Amino acid sequence: MSVLSKLNLGESGILVSLDLPESVQNHLMHMGFVPDALVTVLRRAPAGDPTVYGVDGMEIALRRETAAAIRMRAADVETQEAGVAAKGQKIDTNKDLTELIEAER
Amino acid sequence: MSACCSTPAFTPPKSPPPAGTLRTVVLIGPPNSGKSTLFNRLTGLRQKVANFPGVTVEQRLGLMAGVGRPDLTLIDLPGVYSLDPFSEDARVSIDVLRGKMVGTPKPDAVLLVLDSLHLTRQLMLAASVLALGLPTLVLLNMSDLMEARGGRIDALKLARELGTPVAQISAVHGTGLDAVPLFLNQQTTRKAAKPLALPVLGNAASAHNWAAQVSRSTGYHAPLSVEGTRKIDDILLHRIWGPLLFLVVVVGVFEVVFSVGQPLSDGFGVILAQIGNLMRDVLPAGWVQSLILDGAWKGISSVLVFLPQILLLFLFIGILEDSGYLSRAALIADRVMRSIGLNGKAFIPLLSAYACAVPAIMATRTIENKRDRLATILVTPFMTCSARLPVYMLLIAAFIPNIVYLHGFLGLRTIVMLSLYLAGLLAAMFTARLLKSSILKSSDAPFILELPQYRMPTLRSLALRVLDRARIFLRNAGTIILCVTLALWVMAHLPVMHTATGAYAAPELADSLIGRLGHFIEPAIAPLGFNWKIGIGLLSSVLAREVMVSTMGTLYGAEADTHALSLQTALHHDMTLGGSLALMIFFAFAMQCTSTMAVVRRETNSWKWPAVQFLYMLAMAWIAAFAVNHIAMAFLG
Repeated sequence: MSVLSKLNLGESGILVSLDLPESVQNHLMHMGFVPDALVTVLRRAPAGDPTVYGVDGMEIALRRETAAAIRMRAADVETQEAGVAAKGQKIDTNKDLTELIEAER
Repeated sequence: MSACCSTPAFTPPKSPPPAGTLRTVVLIGPPNSGKSTLFNRLTGLRQKVANFPGVTVEQRLGLMAGVGRPDLTLIDLPGVYSLDPFSEDARVSIDVLRGKMVGTPKPDAVLLVLDSLHLTRQLMLAASVLALGLPTLVLLNMSDLMEARGGRIDALKLARELGTPVAQISAVHGTGLDAVPLFLNQQTTRKAAKPLALPVLGNAASAHNWAAQVSRSTGYHAPLSVEGTRKIDDILLHRIWGPLLFLVVVVGVFEVVFSVGQPLSDGFGVILAQIGNLMRDVLPAGWVQSLILDGAWKGISSVLVFLPQILLLFLFIGILEDSGYLSRAALIADRVMRSIGLNGKAFIPLLSAYACAVPAIMATRTIENKRDRLATILVTPFMTCSARLPVYMLLIAAFIPNIVYLHGFLGLRTIVMLSLYLAGLLAAMFTARLLKSSILKSSDAPFILELPQYRMPTLRSLALRVLDRARIFLRNAGTIILCVTLALWVMAHLPVMHTATGAYAAPELADSLIGRLGHFIEPAIAPLGFNWKIGIGLLSSVLAREVMVSTMGTLYGAEADTHALSLQTALHHDMTLGGSLALMIFFAFAMQCTSTMAVVRRETNSWKWPAVQFLYMLAMAWIAAFAVNHIAMAFLG
């Protein structure tokens, strides 16, 4: 059991719950921060805070104190592997895309 | 409508729909779903931007000429993530959809745009929109991209699940849009939609469960994300390069506005002068010629000259916003904004306030925390808006010598101009700090910011922005400035005097109505180094800052001594260097804009805040101008 702000750059975790006021919680849930979502730490802002998180294919920036109120659990092996596999695939699709675009030209 | 009609199942009606059954269609969708592009596609150039009455949420209206239905009005609702009534955007959207928005007819049909790249999350919005029971067409935008990146969706199944037609489109390429007229032609009579087992409005958890279940059962497979945006962000959000490039962008924008905009404005000024000369040849000499040329045209053209530069500034801000860079800028600026008690999101309104405070104050609605938002609204008018530019440029050109330092890289005039920008920024930061540590104290509001994918700004949307601004500027020039300059001309020529020979003649400017008014306020502004003529300019500029320039144009045009002089030369009759510096700093701080006050009144829903703001800024302007004038007198003689 941990919180989102404690994850290191590049790490992923599964969202457990949001300990935030209801309005903030609702807003975050509509942006993809729902229980069981896979959240990845993508990058930190140049000043070190806020941090950009990847969730549901979107990039969302949160300040440390907001992320500290989001409870996480470790991503299980399966999801981790899926993440790695997806990363490998990404590169391929990109190549395909570039080829597609070039072919169109 | 039947539950089974998806795109392929559309059948065109046998006869055209009876007139008058369908009038208003609304377009709704989350931010970054390509809604604006689609709106431009559906309406073509026949659109206008207005505010919903009573609130500051902007609405765009257009006739659906782009799909052959110019008889239908399309209303573009603000981009919202949900219909949770927490944000003003969502409250307005709900009111419009329910037909409760005053002045907006209840919509007959809804076009719901969803981004197919992130469909699961976006279905949460679909749940609350469909629950309203209006005839709805769901448009899955960016379908081409989704498929190219290996995503898929069974649109027919989705239509069955949602009980409403679904079409896969690409707003950028304009494909799949024929579904829109087909859908609209079917809505000849308004039928109550079949109630669905939809989750409770506002309950995010159940909405999410429902959305997840629907996307599973329709075989939705999210596409893989592309790395392009992340690669760009590796540079633009880099620990060292990020902030540096941020500074380069901000300074670069202003540099181009001045270096490219100045010759453009000069050229435009020559054209305007030519038009004036042409009118002088055509019109018979006499008071009519004087009224039109010295009153109206001189006043209007002295402000119109600045149009190219102002449009250039709006063009750059449009490029930054449409490309997605402004969100990154907000992320970089969050730390600094936080140190003055504001939120990184306040950066976007504050930056656009360099163009104009009115849209900037409307942009503050993305700030969720009420106190943060109010603080941002209150400091926004300190940012150097484009209406101050005409005043600064006139005074700098007239009083600051063109001395160049560092082998031509830095001019004294540029230094003065940048100092004025800095003065406004510092005043804003000081005021924000003051507000946030006193009356608007609040716990740190959450900062939640989506970083959209970078995209190339389209020429079309940039052109629409710039045209829109040009239209507003010209409308102001044609109404407020025209009225003020005409009123000034009349007041400068009354009361009519008898000359010794018995003929009627205009009074000396000092004896005219306007002259007496200027003399009346002179004691209050004399300590700042301003005489009664500048006082008239200050009074008229309460309407809008740039009116100052046209007022001085009209006043000097009405006076025999300065009639033939250029505005810059004529100003030397009334001001010293110290007075001109004081006047510039006065304009940097004072709230002289009725449009801003009106928008603050609407935004805060009381006259209290615009009144507080006006008096606070006036006091600050007076004190600063007093100090500058006296320091200048002491050191510059």
